[in-house]
Amino acid sequence: MFESLGDKLQGALKSLTGRGKLTEEDVDRALREVRLALLEADVNFLVAKKFTESVRQRAVGTEVMESLTPGQQVVKIVHDELTQLMGGSEHRLNFSSQPPTVIMLAGLQGSGKTTTCAKLARYLKRQGRNPLLAAADIYRPAAGDQLAQLGDQIDVPVLDMSSSAQPEDIARAAVSKARSSGSDTVLLDTAGRLHIDEEMMEELSAVENAVDVHESLLIVDAMTGQDAVNVAEEFSERIEITGLVLTKMDGDTRGGAALSVLDVTGCPVKFVGTGERPDDLQTFHPDRMASRILGMGDVMTLVEKAEQEMDEEQARRLEQRLREDKFTLEDFLEQMQQVRQMGPLDQLVSMIPGMSPHADSMGDLDEAELVKAEAIIQSMTPEERRSPDIIKRSRRRRIARGSGTRVQDVNRLLKQFSRTRDMISQLTKGQKSQAAQKLRNMGFPRR
Amino acid sequence: MSNRNGQRSDRESAGLWGRMKVGLEKTRQRISEGFEAFIDFSAVDEQMFDELQAVLIQADLGFDTTERLLDDLRIRVKEENLRGKQEVLQALSELTLRMLETEPGSREMQLSDDLSVILLVGVNGVGKTTSAAKLAWRLKKQGRKPILGASDTFRAAGIEQLQLWGQRVGVDVIHHSQGADPAAVAFDTVKAARARDCDVAMIDTAGRLHTQKNLMNELEKICRVIQREEEGAPHETLLVLDATTGQNALRQAEMFGDALCVTGIVLTKLDGTAKGGITVAVEDQTNTRVKFVGLGENVEDLQPFSPEDFVSALLGEF
Ligand SMILES: Nc1nc2c(ncn2[C@@H]2O[C@H](COP(=O)(O)OP(=O)(O)OP(=O)(O)O)[C@@H](O)[C@H]2O)c(=O)[nH]1
Ligand SMILES: [Mg+2]
Repeated sequence: MFESLGDKLQGALKSLTGRGKLTEEDVDRALREVRLALLEADVNFLVAKKFTESVRQRAVGTEVMESLTPGQQVVKIVHDELTQLMGGSEHRLNFSSQPPTVIMLAGLQGSGKTTTCAKLARYLKRQGRNPLLAAADIYRPAAGDQLAQLGDQIDVPVLDMSSSAQPEDIARAAVSKARSSGSDTVLLDTAGRLHIDEEMMEELSAVENAVDVHESLLIVDAMTGQDAVNVAEEFSERIEITGLVLTKMDGDTRGGAALSVLDVTGCPVKFVGTGERPDDLQTFHPDRMASRILGMGDVMTLVEKAEQEMDEEQARRLEQRLREDKFTLEDFLEQMQQVRQMGPLDQLVSMIPGMSPHADSMGDLDEAELVKAEAIIQSMTPEERRSPDIIKRSRRRRIARGSGTRVQDVNRLLKQFSRTRDMISQLTKGQKSQAAQKLRNMGFPRR
Repeated sequence: MSNRNGQRSDRESAGLWGRMKVGLEKTRQRISEGFEAFIDFSAVDEQMFDELQAVLIQADLGFDTTERLLDDLRIRVKEENLRGKQEVLQALSELTLRMLETEPGSREMQLSDDLSVILLVGVNGVGKTTSAAKLAWRLKKQGRKPILGASDTFRAAGIEQLQLWGQRVGVDVIHHSQGADPAAVAFDTVKAARARDCDVAMIDTAGRLHTQKNLMNELEKICRVIQREEEGAPHETLLVLDATTGQNALRQAEMFGDALCVTGIVLTKLDGTAKGGITVAVEDQTNTRVKFVGLGENVEDLQPFSPEDFVSALLGEF
């Protein structure tokens, strides 16, 4: 998420850190690159310009230039401004004191509304709420079916009137169904539409007029280009947008368009979608995200993710092992299986401070490799699994033969293991000193 | 369903390219507004180039392509001593067109006289299913006999969506159940095409991000299976790109191109205000050609790509 923007920004700022003295020219040169990085990330042209101008203004003051670590001060300013650009602090959903709360999802075609509806329902359920999904996309073939099937999957009721009802009728029906069936939140999935389609935009206002809408979320594809700003402006002129959800953030998009939307419309990002499963939705923390972009890692999210997905017993056992520095190949295998459930490995690695440059090389862990790893580890003796350092050449050959793999495969696995062990010990050292908290406040890259 | 569909088709009058241009009107306005600032420039100066840079980047051409175009423009301006706004814009549009230049025929589908297999791929939500239906409809109009294959067995109601489209355009849809092996569906579609005397098998696949290695492997497998069943197939592997997408479209084109033999691009959603400028870079850097554009949600909203129309909708006419 935002990784490649991060790489570019880190590159641009690298020339500044670790230097005793900075001139205005140094700053300008770095900021030119920052601007370029932002543009390549689809940050809106004007927003990118404004951003670099405000960093520059703060950076060229004597206070910064004459400090002991001017470069790091500039990085900190960029971090602050990025956090600001992304909305400052976390923005939560508004709930009505008189249920049901109505949440409407709107956006362009194909931006991910229906999937996000299901994810939100899942999220709300986890929060102890009782959501109802309502299908108000009466145009796209099988849109109602899609929502109905998703509702089934996550065990949330769905209102699919699938007759000739208009969206505003569906909204009304959903509210009364929620009242009668004890649902406290209605999630309204609307059809994708173009912001310049007069008639279709009118339809959204009609829904807004028909029922009390407490949240109108604009769903924005994170891969959107410069047009994102126009789209968002048009939508927020027609309905009162209360927040954004960025979807498809699990790819390699730099996501800059979405950041611009925030800046231009003032609507905060409330959630990001990071995959196709109903669980792949995260709340959005601007400060953590800024840290991640600048390669400072995001331990908080990693820990939360682990908490969400790992079973407690396993987590405790792992923690124990980590503390005692007893991380073995068996744990490694279990870890690999666990981690795969948490999401793509490269995504996770990039949350670890200082690790984002290695994220790419970690992305290759696929099913076939997991099977291989399993075979290899199973061909080891218990002793070898506990202390892999004793696995020298002849043992490697034996293990390869036993597992039907090649010696190279064994080597690679062992290398991966030691890299992971190092990484994890870096992470736990952090945990011991409660570095998670500190890292967030520190504001400096560790490299 | 047909009356719902009707609600949208009523609003079509202006003609497709007309509508695209209406969509692009705002861009053009912005471009000409951009030019207002130096409409009475006495010299073609750096400030003009800055303005042009802003305009091109906001059309999603991307920094590199923009700079290349402007470098070339600088040379032209100097060599030909261009002074007027009109002349400069004309030169810019020619330079852009030159980047889209290609051998004759390379924007046409290469179908066999016998049975052709067409595979549609792309990231989530770009318009694969809709484009599959539109293409089937178009080919049918041209006297071919297409059949559709629902290889998106992943997304909820992906199969139902294609089935409904099949009913609309009057084309059979081959499908298994949700969660089935997409390659097996593709295989059966090709077989069914043979058995039913069809001459085009159009296969819709599930949306996937190009970074998802397993899912990209799955596409390769679909290709292999089709190949085994039908020599020379798939005849066309069309990558569907959403015109709203920014710089990431280039990554999509590169990575889908690495995994598969992509033979062309369908550029969808050009009926909005997005200009799809990134396709200039895509064509230039990946050598894959845009073959069709999507201009709406109805079956008839698919047109062959015309570089001239594209550039004039992008930069305005002079
Ligand atoms: N305005 C406009 N909308 C389009 C166009 N092409 C497709 N759409 C809409 O975009 C949305 C997504 O289209 P689909 O065909 O379902 O996209 P897909 O790529 O098959 O999506 P997945 O299978 O979910 O990955 C639908 O609402 C379509 O009606 C186009 O050219 N213009
Ligand atoms: Mg589809």
